[in-house]
Amino acid sequence: MTAAAAGSAGDRARAPRVVIVTGVSRFLGATVAARIAADPRVQRVIGVDRTDPPAELAPLLSGITLRKVDLTEGAASLIGTGAEALVHLAIMSSPDPAAGGRAAMKDQNVIGTLQLLAACQQMPSLRRLVVRSSTAAYGVSFRDPAVFTEDTEPRDVPRGGYGRDILDIESYVRGFRRRRPGVVTTVLRFAPFIGPQADTALLKFLARPMVPTVLGRDPRLQFIHVDDALEILRRSVLEDHQGTFNVAGRGTLTLSQAVRRSGRLELPVPEPAMHAAASFRRGVAGLSLDQVDLFVHGRVVDTARLVRQYGFTPRSTAAAFDDFVRAQEPGAVITPARVAAAEQRLLDMIRTVRERRGAAR
Amino acid sequence: MTRPEIAPEIDDEFDERVAAGLAFLRRRLSGQYEIDEFGFDPELTDQVFQPLLRQLYHRWFRTEVIDVKNLPAEGGALVVGNHSGTIALDALMLSVACHDEHPAHRHLRLLGADFVFRMPFVSELARKSGATLACNPDVERLLLQEELVGVFPEGFKGVGKRFADRYQLQRFGRGGFVSAALRTGRPIVPVAIVGAEEIYPLLGNIKPLARLIGAPYFPVTPTFPWLGPLGLVPLPSKWLIRFGEPIDTEPYADAADDPAVVFNLADQVRETIQTMLRETLELRPDPFGE
Repeated sequence: MTAAAAGSAGDRARAPRVVIVTGVSRFLGATVAARIAADPRVQRVIGVDRTDPPAELAPLLSGITLRKVDLTEGAASLIGTGAEALVHLAIMSSPDPAAGGRAAMKDQNVIGTLQLLAACQQMPSLRRLVVRSSTAAYGVSFRDPAVFTEDTEPRDVPRGGYGRDILDIESYVRGFRRRRPGVVTTVLRFAPFIGPQADTALLKFLARPMVPTVLGRDPRLQFIHVDDALEILRRSVLEDHQGTFNVAGRGTLTLSQAVRRSGRLELPVPEPAMHAAASFRRGVAGLSLDQVDLFVHGRVVDTARLVRQYGFTPRSTAAAFDDFVRAQEPGAVITPARVAAAEQRLLDMIRTVRERRGAAR
Repeated sequence: MTRPEIAPEIDDEFDERVAAGLAFLRRRLSGQYEIDEFGFDPELTDQVFQPLLRQLYHRWFRTEVIDVKNLPAEGGALVVGNHSGTIALDALMLSVACHDEHPAHRHLRLLGADFVFRMPFVSELARKSGATLACNPDVERLLLQEELVGVFPEGFKGVGKRFADRYQLQRFGRGGFVSAALRTGRPIVPVAIVGAEEIYPLLGNIKPLARLIGAPYFPVTPTFPWLGPLGLVPLPSKWLIRFGEPIDTEPYADAADDPAVVFNLADQVRETIQTMLRETLELRPDPFGE
């Protein structure tokens, strides 16, 4: 163990003075940057992205030094910043057809991470590295255990592009850990994000009035509320949390249960048809192979290590999903109120018929 | 308006049942029910699966249970049984026995081969009824959550054996179930199931057909495939399920990784079940008797 890693307790809890956040042109990166900048111990937050942030994120980024860097072309310009912590959030979970599609997504995820880690290796000031990963790191297999702990090795490589990128990213981070053992490296394997806004490919899919599902499969899903994800990211930058952690809401919902809770209708499709629809270059109905993987196998992780290490329990998957349901109620086909009303009507009807009969007698 | 005194009570009972049924439908339709992390849906199991299986258990197989007191009332335990009958009806009947005949009404969490979880529909029925993949991480997790876990170490060798080999226990795999019990310190409860061997007497196995559909074997019984779907009706044998005394695993807690200890203990469990099978068979001279 190196001197840096064996520092005193006070040193371990010390907030970094200069922090780099990648991916600030998107909601997650911008919000994390703003929350870190709000800590008085942090002197400077450098926000990095390859595009300028959209206007609606501008209020979040007022106190942030913005740098326009395309990570795929190298990150050498970040070496001289004296950064003590770096949060890597410039990782895309689904392709953006307007910005190069899957090829650009893979470049950004894999080459971008590789270049960034190469630069990190040359930053003597760096003490903490936080990388966004995903529970897709467990791959998909019918021989998988029902619940993944951080030590579960993937059995089969996933079909989905994001899942494969995540496996690559994590292997680069493992390499970095070996070369720079003095840097506290935190890998956060997030379950799919959820919140009031349907702003990921998966959530847009679940917000449709008819949700296509795989015939004969009812996967177990898990979500992490985006507010809880932000809190975990904030703590990972400001405190030492060495290791890999599953970040998800306790418990699970099956897909059919989630669809019913949000008042949508299921549209079961045979797996080969689903697979074909997802294999089109742009994907039909926003469907990707990552989602087909998820909709066949489902994914549940154990979060005991996270709760123990951070002393923080994210809200449960069911509670986090409720937040989404409330916000998406206008699109619902069947609402609990309507079902309850139908139930009441049926009960009333039976009662009236029986009373009439009783009266006749 | 003069109604007989008894009428309101009958009305109330009827009303209650209708109301309960509708409330059940409402909860299902709006997704307002709980499942555990393995996908077990206790409400669906208690309200739909178990009542169906109960008909088979009582009316068709006339199942009787012996020494159910040997099943612990609480805490995790590994229930190990003999496997037979071409399709795994014995596992389902054992789960009815654990739930209905034991005062604590415990749910038995069954373990299935990956073959089960590959199949659409079947995999979801299995998960919803509380089953999970037969792998050590899942078994240990369930045992530590104080669940009753049901395992059939013979696997396909047991269900797919020929009628001529009935009630002869097959090899017990690698003894993975024993190491899971040792690692968690939970007891092993041996179970002998008599009756399942006669429901689909397996005469042969068409291997090329099995390979074609990706099944572990393609059964030929006196009725299947000759009678088509009718051949799927199990013969109405008489069933006896006997629970043996729990085997304490605490003394071997440190030896979970010692293959010698694991194999010995697996052998001991196997011998116990084989002896119980022989004794229980004598209680049932006629396989199709009352």
